[in-house]
Parts: sequence; C-alpha cells; structure tokens
Amino acid sequence: MIKWLIQKSRIKSPWLLHYDCSSCNGCDIEILACLNPVYDIERFGIINVGNPMHADILLVTGAVNHRNKKVLLNLFEQMPDPKVVVAIGSCALSGGIFREAYNVLGGVDKVIPVDVYVPGCPAKPEAIIDGVVLGLQKFSQKRVEEKSYAGRGDLRQF
Amino acid sequence: MIDTAIFIGIGLVVGPLLGGLVSGLDRILTARLQSRIGPPLWQPFYDVIKLWNKEKTVVNVWQAFCAYCYVAAASIALVLFFLRSDLLLILFIQAVGAVFLVVGALSSTSPFSQVGAHRELLQILSYEPLLILVTIGVFLETGSFKIERIYSWNEPLLMKLPFLFVVLGYALIIKLRKSPFDLSTSHHAHQELVKGLLTDYSGPILALTEIGHWYEVVLFLGFCSLFWATNWIGMIAIVVITYFLEVLIDNVSARLNWRWMLGYAWTMGLTLSMVNLVWLYAS
Repeated sequence: MIKWLIQKSRIKSPWLLHYDCSSCNGCDIEILACLNPVYDIERFGIINVGNPMHADILLVTGAVNHRNKKVLLNLFEQMPDPKVVVAIGSCALSGGIFREAYNVLGGVDKVIPVDVYVPGCPAKPEAIIDGVVLGLQKFSQKRVEEKSYAGRGDLRQF
Repeated sequence: MIDTAIFIGIGLVVGPLLGGLVSGLDRILTARLQSRIGPPLWQPFYDVIKLWNKEKTVVNVWQAFCAYCYVAAASIALVLFFLRSDLLLILFIQAVGAVFLVVGALSSTSPFSQVGAHRELLQILSYEPLLILVTIGVFLETGSFKIERIYSWNEPLLMKLPFLFVVLGYALIIKLRKSPFDLSTSHHAHQELVKGLLTDYSGPILALTEIGHWYEVVLFLGFCSLFWATNWIGMIAIVVITYFLEVLIDNVSARLNWRWMLGYAWTMGLTLSMVNLVWLYAS
C-alpha cells in the first residue's frame, strides 16, 4: 500500500531541471514549448524548477565539451536520489554533428548515466513528453537506497 | 478534557489536510486563470509524499533543526486556534516559526538562500505590525483577545472593522507569498533567486516546510473567519471570497521590490488601521 502510494506520487509529481550543455537552442526551445498552455504539462504535476536540489528529472540538451562536463556532473550530484536523466536531441545522444570536434567529449552518457534517450534534431515536444513519461516509469521503480554514481572515476578529478 | 484532546487531534490532522486541499485548489484556479487545465486537486499531497521519500540531504544540522521548529510552531499555533485560545499568543508563536524558517535559510552559505532569507525578514517586518494592529482592533471591539469570546460575539466584526479586514487581506498576501509580494520565494514558476528562501531545503526537509505552510494557510484563513463569526455560512463565505481574491491578485500582478512592499504595506496598512481604530474609539 505504502509502496503503491510512493510510486503513484512519484509518477504524479516529477520536477524537471533543464540543463543546456552546448545546444544550438533548437531542443531548448522545444522543451520550453512543452511548458506553454498548449501542452500544459503542469496537469501531470510536472514543474520546471531551476534548482537541482529540488529536481527529480534532469533534461540535458547539447553535446558535452571539456568546459561544461564539470557543470553537468555538479548538477547531477546535487540532485537527491532517486533521479532520472533524459538526454534530448542528437547532440546529447552522441555528440551529433559536433561529434568529431576537438573540444567535444560526445554524448551526455560520457559523463553521467543516462536513463532515456530522445532522438531528433530538434526533438519534437511530443517526443520529449514521451521520453519524460518513459523516464517516469524508471523513476517510480527506483529505490531511495539505490545510489546513482557518475561511474567514470577519471572524470571525478576535475 | 476529552474535548481538548479532540480539538488537538483535529488541529494536527485536519489542519494539513485542509491546507493541502486549499493549495491544490489554488493551483487549479491559477491554471484556469491562465487558460490551462491545471494539476489534480491532490497534487500538493503527491508532491509532499514524493519529497518525503527522496534522499535526505541537509546542508547542516541547524537547517534540519530549524525546519522541524517551523513545523512545530506552525502546528502549535493552529492547535491553539482550534482550542480557541489567545489570539496574540497564536500570532507570536507563528512569528517564531516564520523566523526559524529564515534562520534555517541563513545557516546555508548559498547566496540565493541568503538573499531569500533577507527578503523574507523584510516581509515579516512588513506584515507583523499590520497583524498586531488588526488584533488590537478586534480587542477594542470585543474586549478580549480570546478567540472563544470573539466567536461568541453576536455581531459580525466586519461591520465595525472593514478597513482592518482590508489590512488583514493585505498582510495575508505578504504572508502567503503571493504576487506582487512573493519576493522571498515563489510557489509557481522559478524566479530570479532560483527558489529564494527554500533553495537549500531539499527532499524531506522541503516537504516539512510545505506542511508547515499548509498549517499557516489554515491558521490565517481561520483568522479571516473571525470577521463573520455569527453563522457558518458567513464564515465560509468570507474565507472563500478572501482566498479567491488572493489568488486573483496573485495572477494579475507582477512582483514588486522590497521598497515598494514596505512602503505600501506600512503607509496604506498603518493609515487604514489608524482610521479604523480612531473610528472605533470615537463611536
């Protein structure tokens, strides 16, 4: 009963944090488009927060480079467990067209563990909502004791 | 004795339930005013249960201590209200709770939290004198600070204290952090200070501050109900109308800075209170 209540509450109340790694703003605009009255994602309890300490779901757009990898990791580590990461757009998935650039590390999963990948250049608002809904399933199943670590030890010594 | 226990129980349990429902209604109304559908009525409860089951991360011990003290003070204030105790005592206890919330925010080194805490102190500075003046007006009319006596007064207080009721509404906007006075932290979208006062409260501690806020909402709506305490319909009507106006003002106004808040609250609030008190004294 209590477990069911917790799972339902998590599905009903995900708070989003949006971080733009080095996106061209295409995906960012699509994310913000989800927040307008047309899609009205607050009816699902979704709130766009600006504070990683309150966030449950981290939306990342853009390819990771050497400058912002520490910012991304810092944001991820400030979020209390359980948490879910959703990578949005081709660049966040693999680096996209910037993949071969000398300053680009690649996709978001090079730095932090990613739960859901949303492809597209830019990703459509419907696809983003679908991705978040998929992330919610994972979010509701996670246990608090389950710690998420960035995994790659070499990146911790920035 | 049994009655006292029942009232304490009602205050502790029904208080947050009612407060959560009022917050849910607030969010739905806000969404409708912005031509959206809005979250379900139970949304605040989902939020709190989710936050309660997040990882407990506290900046330092004092922050957690202050959050617990805030909830304790808010709940004691509401229980005393249900016990029909002394109005002045209730206001002082809720003020102690409000200050604890600020101290908790000040105990973190985050600049957002610090600035939010300073703004919250200014908000407390703006609304506390107004609340005290309203209480004095109530005392001058009924001859007692006891809620028991105020509730048994045979004439609606609104007839004798109309200006003081406006002042109470004004103080309520500042207290409940509604626009245009949501300087320290805003309930809806994020603002220039990330989340201001609540920036460094997270997980279960944030849930505690939310529950404390529910207690305060119910307490202040109860305070409004004192102004038409002759029958149940009048009591409910005055509470509903006041809260609807609060939400309406929240949605039609933009945020002001603290100078305007302090200036407006004190000039308008003190003038209106004085006019009403002199009128009360003269009649």
